[in-house]
Amino acid sequence: MLKIDNLHVRIAGREILKGLSLEVNAGEVHAVMGPNGAGKSTLGYVLAGRAGYEVTQGSVTYDGRNLLEMEPEQRAAAGVFLAFQYPVEIPGVNNTYFLRAALNAQRKARGKAELDSMEFLKLVREKLKVMQLSPELLNRAVNEGFSGGEKKRNEIFQMAVLEPRLAILDETDSGLDIDALQRVAEGVNTMRDARRAFIVITHYQRLLDYIVPDFVHVLADGRIVESGDASLAQELEAHGYAWVAERKLAGADA
Amino acid sequence: MNTAALPFVLSMREALQTARLPGSGIGWLDSARAEAMQSFLANGLPTTRNELWKYTALRALSQRAYAARDEQAATRAIDESASALPGIDGPRLVFVNGAFHADLSKLDALPQGLSLMPLSQALADQPEPLRFLLARRPQGNADAFASLNIALASDGALLRITAGAQIEAPVHLVHIGAAADHDVAWHSRGYVEIGENASLRLIEHHVGAGENTHFANLACDVVLRERASLDLVIVQDVASGTTLLRRTDFDLRDDARVTLHALELGGALTRHEIRAMLDGDRARFESRGAFALRARQHADTELLIEHRGRDTASDALWRGVADDRARGVFHGAITVAQGADGADAKLSNKNLLLSRDAEIDTRPVLEIHADEVKAAHGATVGQLDERTLFYLRSRGINAEDARILLVRAFCAAALSRIEPQALREHIEMLLLAHLPKQIAP
Repeated sequence: MLKIDNLHVRIAGREILKGLSLEVNAGEVHAVMGPNGAGKSTLGYVLAGRAGYEVTQGSVTYDGRNLLEMEPEQRAAAGVFLAFQYPVEIPGVNNTYFLRAALNAQRKARGKAELDSMEFLKLVREKLKVMQLSPELLNRAVNEGFSGGEKKRNEIFQMAVLEPRLAILDETDSGLDIDALQRVAEGVNTMRDARRAFIVITHYQRLLDYIVPDFVHVLADGRIVESGDASLAQELEAHGYAWVAERKLAGADA
Repeated sequence: MNTAALPFVLSMREALQTARLPGSGIGWLDSARAEAMQSFLANGLPTTRNELWKYTALRALSQRAYAARDEQAATRAIDESASALPGIDGPRLVFVNGAFHADLSKLDALPQGLSLMPLSQALADQPEPLRFLLARRPQGNADAFASLNIALASDGALLRITAGAQIEAPVHLVHIGAAADHDVAWHSRGYVEIGENASLRLIEHHVGAGENTHFANLACDVVLRERASLDLVIVQDVASGTTLLRRTDFDLRDDARVTLHALELGGALTRHEIRAMLDGDRARFESRGAFALRARQHADTELLIEHRGRDTASDALWRGVADDRARGVFHGAITVAQGADGADAKLSNKNLLLSRDAEIDTRPVLEIHADEVKAAHGATVGQLDERTLFYLRSRGINAEDARILLVRAFCAAALSRIEPQALREHIEMLLLAHLPKQIAP
């Protein structure tokens, strides 16, 4: 589904990703872990299409298409979703209105009929139940005055409504208490299926207790330096990121 | 510069002779008009050295001459839809190019306690009671246009609510600028008085019927007696070539309350000077408004609020959007006079520039001479936030729609309290229609 090959990315002249390669197939959950500054958020933004990220080398293919040539909204319509680490507050834009506009824009781009407000409301009620979110949230402006946990859960709620094929979760666990963390994980787990893939970007192993990944990758200094199964996350938790760096050094010496 | 020789000034001077103003021949009125014209001629047009005209230059206006009247104004056939507003079907007073238009107006079966008529008719019927309004001398804070208004006002809306009357259906005042053979100048003098314990909902509507480059100069006094309340919605959507200068003076007595909502969309050069005197104790003045400008439009909002009574409150929330080479001006000056203890004054003005060539100048000014005053004011000028745009686009909303959504949301705060809902939605649609289809990134 997604193939990232030798990706080099610069921001304001500084190279952040330095030859990152990663392949994700439908049905898989990939965790990308790494220390601060490794380039984790950059990966999420580049995949979602944020401006200001200069790709100097490498390629990203999504469903056989060159993802990097697509506008952010085209990527969304093609099923790419980024749950933001810091969701944006949009005063004056009603949460329901925003989500319906987004869903219908995507449906239109896919040649599907737009949902009317009744159909949309029905869909939203179902998804709210899954996320155990208060319906009152819908009538507020997007993320305005939301607590940190509410913002993250709102991201997952949006994901549930938009039903992407490739969801990238950028440190969705940061700032969440254990209850909120479990809710978020539940939201993700109910969406896991054979046609959908997840890239879960996180600094800590904690979230991976609840969302058990098929693969774990360690991102350090702009590259994936280690890949393994879920047990790699446990080892990282036990030994810290320095352990990976040391192993790499040891490997280089041998 | 010899201002007396300017085409604008000459045409105004000539108008006093040729306009055939109603009430002409009444001694006190003739002399008041002559005196005001003298005052105008002596002082000339305001320059940008005047604080209240700092960002609004009148050089182009000064070079233009206008006809003193539109002979066909009162009988022009104008489609009713030009001034129709959804959900608004109450009393209506319509002026076309400054003149009362009976066919478009709806003055029969007025609710009890409401008196509504054109100034021209009142002058013909009984001029004497209007002396207080029309025979005044230009006051200290009057500028050229206030003087011109006294000298040349030919019509306007007179509205009175008797004490205790609650006027539920909104009263609709409409000023239509209609296409004519000449550029016409018209001066309108309005007066609104709301008696003790009375309440009024009023819609002031400025609209164009066909492209025109007229000059309109409106002045209106609004007096609220004790415990009176006014909800005023202003919709300004005049033709793109129009020059529209307005001044509204509010006087609030004890416990009086004004809520004003304004949307400014049209015109080439428009300016609204809003003066609110919170004379009475516990008087409250809330104002909300937005302008959305494009092409080479110039719009100036001068909001001057003076707290004089005790425990008065003012709350101002204004938004501005400018695209292309448009220029917006906002000046919010709040004065808390000596002795006006317990005043609470809030002012927020935020502005959005949609193109590199657009400009918005904002000046919040707070002057406090009293004790125990709560005051907060803030003003910003910025651009659409890149992060927010990306957030919307990452959810599938295309760049163009995302920008329009954000601009709309930006203005929404200023319009969100307009009632009834049908009117608010219509006003939001007008705003939407005025926004550029494509907003530069």
